[in-house]
Amino acid sequence: MVARADAGAAPLDRARAGRAPESGPGPARQRKNRKYNRREALAGYLFISPWIVGFLVFTAGAMIYSLVISFSNYNLATNSGTPAGFGNYAELFDDPKVALSLGNTLFYAVLAVPLEIIVALSLAMLLAKVGRGAGIFRTIYYLPKMTPSVATASVFLLLLNGNTGAINNALRFFGIPGPQWLIDPNWVKPSIVLMTLWGVSGTMVIFLAALKNVPRELYEVASIDGAGAVRRFFSITVPMISGAIFFNVIVLTIAALQVFDQAYLLFWRDQTSSSPAASLFYGVYLFQQAFRQFDFGFASAMAWLLFVIILLITLVQVKLSNRFVYYEADR
Amino acid sequence: MSATTQRAGVVSFDAEMTDAATRTANGDRWYRIRSRIGKTVLAVVLVGFALLFLYPFAWLLAASLKPRGEVFDNALIPETFVPHNYVEVWNQLPLLPWIGNSILIALLAATFVAVSSSMVAFGFAYFSFPGRKILFGLVLATMMLPGAVTMVPQYLIWKDLGALGTWIPLFGANLFGSAFYIFLQRQFFLGLPRELFEAARLDGASYWGLFTRIAMPLSIPSFVIIFLFEFQASWNNFQGALIYLSAGSVSDYTVPLGISYAMTTFSPTNGGHGDYQYVMVASLLVTLPMLILFAFGQRYFIEGVATQGRKG
Repeated sequence: MVARADAGAAPLDRARAGRAPESGPGPARQRKNRKYNRREALAGYLFISPWIVGFLVFTAGAMIYSLVISFSNYNLATNSGTPAGFGNYAELFDDPKVALSLGNTLFYAVLAVPLEIIVALSLAMLLAKVGRGAGIFRTIYYLPKMTPSVATASVFLLLLNGNTGAINNALRFFGIPGPQWLIDPNWVKPSIVLMTLWGVSGTMVIFLAALKNVPRELYEVASIDGAGAVRRFFSITVPMISGAIFFNVIVLTIAALQVFDQAYLLFWRDQTSSSPAASLFYGVYLFQQAFRQFDFGFASAMAWLLFVIILLITLVQVKLSNRFVYYEADR
Repeated sequence: MSATTQRAGVVSFDAEMTDAATRTANGDRWYRIRSRIGKTVLAVVLVGFALLFLYPFAWLLAASLKPRGEVFDNALIPETFVPHNYVEVWNQLPLLPWIGNSILIALLAATFVAVSSSMVAFGFAYFSFPGRKILFGLVLATMMLPGAVTMVPQYLIWKDLGALGTWIPLFGANLFGSAFYIFLQRQFFLGLPRELFEAARLDGASYWGLFTRIAMPLSIPSFVIIFLFEFQASWNNFQGALIYLSAGSVSDYTVPLGISYAMTTFSPTNGGHGDYQYVMVASLLVTLPMLILFAFGQRYFIEGVATQGRKG
């Protein structure tokens, strides 16, 4: 109370309540039309000033910059641009590689995201079941997540080799003729999905944390009512962790639409050899246009198209989630 | 009565195995057998997945110890042991400068972002000022911004600032905080008892003093999470190095870019001899520090990832 009288600081507990303070005993209250203590507000702005500068330059500034460039033909040598009107945006429709890479990327996302969710959730449920002793397995499952993408790529490049790779060797053992993962256009995306699944443990950990918060009693009550394992999964587990499912779907979708490292390292690293058109992902083509062709205007137009697509997909997912996601507060 | 006990036992089998096992200990024998089978199956599945996840590491370790001709033979125990690969790799590749560059960049990136994000988070957590809610909403919104959108303009901004050809673009933006870390640290600060700060104010501490002498020392756990996360992200950063370093000299590369370079130049299609065993050694050496980091900071990594989910 005494400290508040000096009006030195906004109480943390008010911040915790998530609303701007209306009033408090002390000078701030006496001047009714000014809710904020000037000294304190100034200090607040100073503390957040690094973020404000960063936001203005590297986020908002960058986006405006990008928008301007997308309407020009940028010349790197002279560091200047000539107005291009909607030329770059028109080219998005004329260049068949844009549609191709976009199609590849959407196909990959549709394949990868559900598989990642299923595998991550299955692993998390297995671990949740073990209780004690799960630690060592969680550690092992998490190791791929710590592995740099170059190391993953250099290993999987050889594991996925159609003739000598270990994966096809294993398949051969079961009498299955393995595909040419890295050459056959139909198997390019599954091979990247496989690499992504190896590092699925981040998603798994989020599910594991969500599963731990599901009240045990719910399962017990359902069991007494005669609900089987499948019924319990869909009627209790899924609704109770729907928030985590929703979060993972959104984050994984955004990541899938920007897939770059694996695709670039496996297929486009070596500019002297040719790669199947099926492996040209949007992120890779955008990178090539920007940093190999130095066509920044076109690359910026591509970036904005991707931004709009991601925004639309996310909005649809949010809309859908309003119908399915269960929040504690709604109870 | 015994019928209900038994039924409850059977159905809770999935939810709580040990519980089910004890509850039915004096139940029928068939159930006990089933429970034991269930446990065994679970263990087998868990171990199976563990082997699947570990296999690429074992493969990598084995390949790194093989002579050139045997790298692709998939044997987990090399027919010919060549530990000399680990000596020769330093002559074949400028691995030492790459590792030095990577460490320096990762340390700067992690330190900068942890300090700046903490500062910003303290601003949002402790002070009230007009527009705070909107600004914090903006912080959260930037988390959803795809990196591909700002990739090109950020390159041009660094170009305009004359920072191309230096390492600055790889950590410079970290001086301005990062959305998720700000969120994380703010949550932590909001959990600190208010009285601590009030007492310090009475003792005449400045706002800056509240931050450096109270908030920061108390928030070491979340500070460590941020530091480790960013260190890992920077250490693994391939695309950034590709954009900003590949035009420069090879000895200025970071390890990820260096390995990618080695993969290409060692390839016979580019006049190399196919000395992939050195790529394997380098890949192992770039992974090892991350595994060690995880061994010591596992708690922090897991907690940090779990928090990511909770904000959703």
